[in-house]
Amino acid sequence: MERRDPRTLLHGLLGPAAPEVSCDTCFEELDRYVDLELAGEDADAAIPGVRAHLEGCPACREEHESLLVLAAERP
Amino acid sequence: MSTSTVGAVHPQSNAPASASVTPEPLDPDTQTWLDDLRSDGMARDAAIARLHALLLRAARFEVGRRRATLPHLRGNELDDIAMEAADDALMSVLRRLDDFRGRSRFTTWVYKFALLEAAVKLRKRSWQGREIPPEPETWNLFADARLGPQAEVELGELLRGVQNAIAVELTPHQRTVLVSLAIDGVPIDVLADRLGSTRGALYKTLHDARRKLRASLTEHGLGLELERRLEES
Repeated sequence: MERRDPRTLLHGLLGPAAPEVSCDTCFEELDRYVDLELAGEDADAAIPGVRAHLEGCPACREEHESLLVLAAERP
Repeated sequence: MSTSTVGAVHPQSNAPASASVTPEPLDPDTQTWLDDLRSDGMARDAAIARLHALLLRAARFEVGRRRATLPHLRGNELDDIAMEAADDALMSVLRRLDDFRGRSRFTTWVYKFALLEAAVKLRKRSWQGREIPPEPETWNLFADARLGPQAEVELGELLRGVQNAIAVELTPHQRTVLVSLAIDGVPIDVLADRLGSTRGALYKTLHDARRKLRASLTEHGLGLELERRLEES
């Protein structure tokens, strides 16, 4: 197995220290969160717990990264 | 999906919508989408075709991002996955149209359905035919961590504390989920599929396991060390 940076390994095992929302809530809030980010507003203050969840959940984090890029472009 | 939290956070916006809630003012583009999709006949058909094109664009974007992780798939197979994701996302969007509260742009709202569908399909495809690593009888985080002498000094105690907590504090199910997701790198949707569970349920298990590890570190006097070494990095 590939050997990993110990801090990355510990972060993955221990997750975020701050309270976080669930995957379901993250999905529900993700569009609003991204639009707030793109508008330059404080998305973390407006929707607490999403940022911590994105730190702890790789799948939701990947989807957030994609949505942020895609929503920044006009369709 | 229902709304819920794993921690103590309850965003105000999670309150269920009711007739007394003032609707958000909609931007003109969003209003046009909703009017067209709620109309009849050809206007609705045309709106659905435009919506499907938008969802396909999002699904292809996600496929493009992950193409490197699926070198064995040909272009037409990847496009089939994108098309299937767009079809499934279209069903989800139409089913949930009345849930849309206008708290984001309509396009941002629909994109997330296509990205989710595409990402889940691609994660599962990348693990197709691969076994989830079996659980070893003993844990050795030191074998997984790339520890130099300095890191050994700084983080060795924490790693030993975590390793002990994994062995002693977790239930077998929590251990399986934590190790598969956080050490073996199994995507959560793949693990959910193999265990007959859901992403939400597995993340709750992961969250509970992580709380136990943190509590154990605190109990063994390593809470401050954790804060110093990790939370500030």
